[in-house]
Amino acid sequence: MAVEDLKTHFFTKLGVVKAVNGVSFSVDKGEVVGLVGESGSGKSVTGFSIMGLVDPPGRVVSGRILFKGEDLVQAGERRMRSLRGRRIAMIFQDPMMTLNPVLRIDTQMMEAVKAHADVSTQSARERAREALVRVGIPSPDERLKAYPHQFSGGMRQRVAIATALLHKPDLIVADEPTTALDVTIQGQILYEVQKLCRETGMSLIWITHDLSVVAGLADRICVMYAGVIVETGATSDVLDRSMHPYTKGLIESVPSRNRRGQPLAQIPGMTPSLLNLPPGCSFHPRCPRADEVCLAEPAIAEPAGTGHSVRCFYPHLEQG
Amino acid sequence: MSVFIIRRLLQSIVVIWVMSLLVFGGVYLIGDPIDMLINPEADQEDIEAAIRALGLDKPIHEQYWYFLANALKGDLGKSFIFSEPALQLILARAPATMELAIVASLMSIMLGIPLGMWAGLKPDSIAGKSIMTGSILGFSLPSFWVGILFIMLFAVMLGVLPAGGRGPTTEFLGLQVSFLSAKGLSHILLPAVNLALFKLSLVIRLSRAGTQEVIHQDYIKFARAKGLSERRIILVHVLKNILIPVVTVIGLEFGSVIAFAVVTETVFAWPGMGKLIIESIDQLDRPVIVAYLMIIVFMFIVINLLVDILYSILDPRVRLQDIRA
Repeated sequence: MAVEDLKTHFFTKLGVVKAVNGVSFSVDKGEVVGLVGESGSGKSVTGFSIMGLVDPPGRVVSGRILFKGEDLVQAGERRMRSLRGRRIAMIFQDPMMTLNPVLRIDTQMMEAVKAHADVSTQSARERAREALVRVGIPSPDERLKAYPHQFSGGMRQRVAIATALLHKPDLIVADEPTTALDVTIQGQILYEVQKLCRETGMSLIWITHDLSVVAGLADRICVMYAGVIVETGATSDVLDRSMHPYTKGLIESVPSRNRRGQPLAQIPGMTPSLLNLPPGCSFHPRCPRADEVCLAEPAIAEPAGTGHSVRCFYPHLEQG
Repeated sequence: MSVFIIRRLLQSIVVIWVMSLLVFGGVYLIGDPIDMLINPEADQEDIEAAIRALGLDKPIHEQYWYFLANALKGDLGKSFIFSEPALQLILARAPATMELAIVASLMSIMLGIPLGMWAGLKPDSIAGKSIMTGSILGFSLPSFWVGILFIMLFAVMLGVLPAGGRGPTTEFLGLQVSFLSAKGLSHILLPAVNLALFKLSLVIRLSRAGTQEVIHQDYIKFARAKGLSERRIILVHVLKNILIPVVTVIGLEFGSVIAFAVVTETVFAWPGMGKLIIESIDQLDRPVIVAYLMIIVFMFIVINLLVDILYSILDPRVRLQDIRA
């Protein structure tokens, strides 16, 4: 699965919001890729673009999303529907909101089975049951008959994950699925997802704003800023030898015991309005290293053979 | 559930009692029925005899206790005009009103929900905008005027539908109904549409608002992400959610449809309770007025209870114990 120069823009009354503005990355089979960025960096829209679920007034204006050699941008709605939930599934951020409050869990899971498989109600129920067992939900028969409001947040997210897993998809797009959960539940879900990925060999795109979540989960990390990927590389490379000033800023702003007593480092300024991006490198107004060179569009630089690339004129290379 | 119903019934008794006080007092204030009933040339003795015969010589609280005691026995008094029990008089007219109200309600539901959902799903389309504009008309045009216009257009100018009356009725489950024969249908069509118009607009607006709210929820997006067909998403995921407010309002409005039927029944000479009450008010036929109002109150209470029970079926998050009645 590869995304090539994807641009998803929203055509609002105030102007064109370039939520995703030329994003390229790839996910290999069985690989976990973390898509990291602040709110409004375009990471969720990237996920929805892959699913073909960008709401109007937004649409994918250019680029390709290659899934097993097929360009999803060109695929019709019919084709996308047959892929959604079957080959590509998605988990959403807020488990309180992803399940329909007036439908029972079995209804919501069985309809997902039946959307892609011509099976009897009985075997659809059986598959829903198995999926619940797989994500560690106790007494699944009872739980199937319950309504979403009878579940805790963590349990609901497990149900959502179980639903996403029903057809053993090749790729799961997880849009901050643990952000709304307690830290302990977050840990359990992370562990569960990691295990399921290993067992089934599916690929995973994990969208988050929290570097510490992907640190232990992802094989590779893409850092997004203002609609573009500013740094990509193996997780350890990006975290330990980050090259982009933005990535460095993000890492330094994570509270740590080593810097106890000192003020928390933060990136000055705010994320730019996507309606009105600064020229050149979008990060330059907030960047400690920027000068007039940064008013031009930076190219992607990759120090030879590392697979670790950066979109910056003045990357941190010294400790690399 | 049973605790809820028992508590609700006890409250209903209080409501009915308070209502009986208000109604009785109100009717007492609007005029003296003797002036209407008695021959103007009758002498004082005859007048006093008539007053005594009707029990109007007693002080009002005594009249009220007399009424209350009889009401508990199921006797709401005798009509001054028809000399028949008021309850019987009203109930004899009830099927006609009920039929009209039910047909009108069904019309507004069966047209209103699809139209409202359409307008909610495609708010910028010509159809969507026309539906909303139409619903404003349905809201704001006075129903007696629309009724007269209907008669003029369909009965007088086009001559395709009868101008009024109930037409021939057919027996159905022991009741006389119109909707089973073509002739009867032609009679009920105009009054039913007339009566449905306001509620239709209400249902359209509710469905549209509900649809627009639900359609942007994450669970709809998640349903799409599961690969469900658009049809299933709209007919199951969206519809079931918007039904909750729609059912509530339709249920509660059913009482007001019956009450509003007064206007429609008068315009279309429909022989229902509404027409009876208008005539009774004209002639200050107190027992009929009181009985009618008591029946309406009773009906509102029953409908409210049914709506709450239905609500808990539609929305699993609502448990009846939690509804503060």
